[in-house]
Amino acid sequence: MENSLTQYIELYREQRQAIEAAAPAALNALRGKALGVLETARLPRKGREDYEATDLNAIFAPDYGVNVNRVNLARNFTPAFTCDLPNLGTTPIYVVGDTIVVPDNRPDDGAIVATFAQARQLCPDVLNRYYGAVARLDDAATALNTLLAQDGLLVYVPRGVKARPLQLINLFNAGAPTMAVRRVLIVAEEQARLQLLACDHTPNTTQRYLSSQVVEIVAGKGATIDYYDMEESTPLTSRVASFYLTQEADSNVLVDAITLDCGTTRNDFYLDVAGERAESHLLGMAIAGAGQHIDNHTFIDHRAPRCTSREMFKYILADNAIGAFAGKILVRPGCPGTDAYQGNRNLVTSDTARMYTKPQLEIYTDDVKCAHGSTIGQLDEDALFYMRSRGISFDTARTLLMQAFMADVIDGVRIDSLKDRLHHLVERRLAGEAATCDNCPIHR
Amino acid sequence: MSENLNDNNKKKADEQDFLRQAADEEYQYGFVTDIDTHVIPKGLNEDVVRQISRLKGEPEWLLDFRLKAFRHWLTLEQPAWGHVNLAPIDYQDISYYAAPRQNNPAGKEIDPEMKRTFDKLGIPLEEQMRLSGMAVDAIMDSVSVRTTYRERLAELGVIFCSISEAVKDYPDLVKRYLGSVVPYTDNFFAALNSAVFSDGSFVYIPKGVRCPMELSSYFRINAAQTGQFERTLIVADDDSYVSYLEGCTAPQRDENQLHAAIVEIVVETRAEVKYSTVQNWYPGDKMGRGGIYNLVTKRGLCRGDHSKLSWTQVETGSAITWKYPSCVLKGDYSTGEFYSVALTRNRQMADTGTKMIHLGHHTSSTIVSKGISAGESENSYRGMVKVVQKAHHCRNYTQCDSLLLSPTSGAHTFPVIEVHNDTSVVEHEATTSKINEDQIFYCNQRGISTEDAVGLIVNGYAKDVMSKLPMEFAVEAQKLLSLSLEGAVG
Repeated sequence: MENSLTQYIELYREQRQAIEAAAPAALNALRGKALGVLETARLPRKGREDYEATDLNAIFAPDYGVNVNRVNLARNFTPAFTCDLPNLGTTPIYVVGDTIVVPDNRPDDGAIVATFAQARQLCPDVLNRYYGAVARLDDAATALNTLLAQDGLLVYVPRGVKARPLQLINLFNAGAPTMAVRRVLIVAEEQARLQLLACDHTPNTTQRYLSSQVVEIVAGKGATIDYYDMEESTPLTSRVASFYLTQEADSNVLVDAITLDCGTTRNDFYLDVAGERAESHLLGMAIAGAGQHIDNHTFIDHRAPRCTSREMFKYILADNAIGAFAGKILVRPGCPGTDAYQGNRNLVTSDTARMYTKPQLEIYTDDVKCAHGSTIGQLDEDALFYMRSRGISFDTARTLLMQAFMADVIDGVRIDSLKDRLHHLVERRLAGEAATCDNCPIHR
Repeated sequence: MSENLNDNNKKKADEQDFLRQAADEEYQYGFVTDIDTHVIPKGLNEDVVRQISRLKGEPEWLLDFRLKAFRHWLTLEQPAWGHVNLAPIDYQDISYYAAPRQNNPAGKEIDPEMKRTFDKLGIPLEEQMRLSGMAVDAIMDSVSVRTTYRERLAELGVIFCSISEAVKDYPDLVKRYLGSVVPYTDNFFAALNSAVFSDGSFVYIPKGVRCPMELSSYFRINAAQTGQFERTLIVADDDSYVSYLEGCTAPQRDENQLHAAIVEIVVETRAEVKYSTVQNWYPGDKMGRGGIYNLVTKRGLCRGDHSKLSWTQVETGSAITWKYPSCVLKGDYSTGEFYSVALTRNRQMADTGTKMIHLGHHTSSTIVSKGISAGESENSYRGMVKVVQKAHHCRNYTQCDSLLLSPTSGAHTFPVIEVHNDTSVVEHEATTSKINEDQIFYCNQRGISTEDAVGLIVNGYAKDVMSKLPMEFAVEAQKLLSLSLEGAVG
């Protein structure tokens, strides 16, 4: 197969002026470097190290439309949306394709939530300083996103501010195959707090879409951040998402990646644990069925002493689903007191499903506690039998056990109402229904 | 408070003391035997391959096999994916054949100098001196020196001889099985070995025979600037059993010497093979100078139903170890096992593990790997468990633990798991930690020195694997482990 990058490089060269005209200087400043990377790099193909099951080159190969001329894709979208998650009081921000709509009626809590374009006026220093500072440009998918990104969402929580929870809703609704270049930058300063719920939906089930996402998160000293990312899309949707997080001392970050429905998804998580006593939680869960492909790749880089990381990914695979997990924990020299755990548990419920897993530890300090565990198996037959002997039907018993299997990942969620909602969504998903909330206007 | 501090300082000083002591600990097998050796000139080309074949008096088909392998090798590049610092090897700077000239006028007895060497290594070549009743094939450099107990084994139909002899005496068997498990196209070092392999052991256990004694080969590199490319082939026919041991040492030199071996094992229906290795090649000095590059391809094929193959290895030597004794579980209900203890110290680097390929249904495998890293060494477990779609009801359990004895050492785990059906269960667990200070304190409190305590704890940690070794070997291995540990605690 040809190098899929070529078409994007050509697009950039032809449309360079249009792309750069609409974008803030901070974004344009990195394009040259990204282009340099892409001219020599290749998108990883299947079988390459860390890409055992996923062919990025094939994901980017189709001819998708890219919204270079900044057509407002949200113009037909009525922002009457209210998410009925109770007691959250969140402010919803939509991203339709790659058009970002930030409501202007957001209550003033001291935090700045703005598009990159708006940020040019509101807090240009933050954008200039942190944009592209955490992401790894040597990663081809990230470089491609950087090459084409024209806008994005900035969440800036200044020192000591406790921001109100935010909801970021990524939608695909265009009438033609589209690639959205999405970018999020979160900067939480010292002792700041932030909870963000991102969800990806594809209301239009008939078109092919590709979402290229790069999320950069900076957690300052003692900052607390919860980032929940939920994907509920269609088999025609592809997603290549890269999360980059850097943590300063005493910060506490939870990243939760939930895949309820997807097409072909590749998620990369890079956690840079750079400050002493930082705590990182990385949770993931994936339920995949016919034609679905979910690949999570994680890398936790411990480079400061006395940090704790907890990682757990759970998969349930049915039909011909393909699941992949590759996780690495690196403990650099001079990081005593590191306590890291990585877990990956998988249920394979059909003969044609495939699971690939590669949990890795790379440790260069002796005074550490590191462990990983990985299993691939089925539901406990004794438990099934026990339930059936008590009059519970086979299907119900199975669903109950699968729900129980996912329970500990869901229980890691630090927002109660979201926890309840997730239990409910997982239940629906496992029962074979659409994993959507009851009153969600997106799915009407 | 200050007393406490003093105690601590004293303890630190004690630890420092034996650190120094043990750093001076010499590799006890590092001597060189002064024996006249026929070494062919350095370099590698088709003529060298032909010359080796001629020196060994080989039939045409084997020369063809070697040449094919050599031509394939030319198309390959030295792999670089291992977590080791393998400097590019100059393959033209190695001599590929070295045969000690035996000074035995009577033609029957072996050279007294050679006998002394093996006596010194604790491998008596005189059968009557052997109490344990273990048959030994002793190999120095490129040739087999002596194989003991051959006659007694022959009575049962067991063939145990060097591979060169087997090529002459049992060409059909060798032809049938050579390269059937590890083809010369397998990897770079397998191709190299197939082209230039010298001696090694050949074992054939006929149908229904339980081999009455442990079979063992002892490999010794003696000559300088040579490589050892041994080749071992073990075939266990239906319903047979054999336990095979392998040991190795080399002299202490400043240069790196290459050891690229192939071990192939074929296990037929209901047969069982137990393969144990105590690897103690010269590991280099504490600055990382010299030592053996141990780049080995070991693989067994459980061809028949209900067959079983068990690998046990204790790795303490070699500057660089790069090997993955593997099991291809083709027969239904076959079993593969891998038990490993790998200890690295100073600047040693080990990247070792296993592959369990489940092809037959109801196959099971167990992997227990214990890594111990000291000094500035790097110790990695790399493994693969693969269950293909039609291999139903397979079971794998993997446990790999790493113990770090110094702040500058590294311990890594790189497992790959692939499951392609819904009836198989695969489990993997790994932990990495420092040696438990409470346990050391407990021992200290009862008058056991820190050094002895570490020895005790590590031996306890490695016990799961040690218990799988045959008795005589287990004692040896335990001693070796304690010896290698001396001064490794920092």
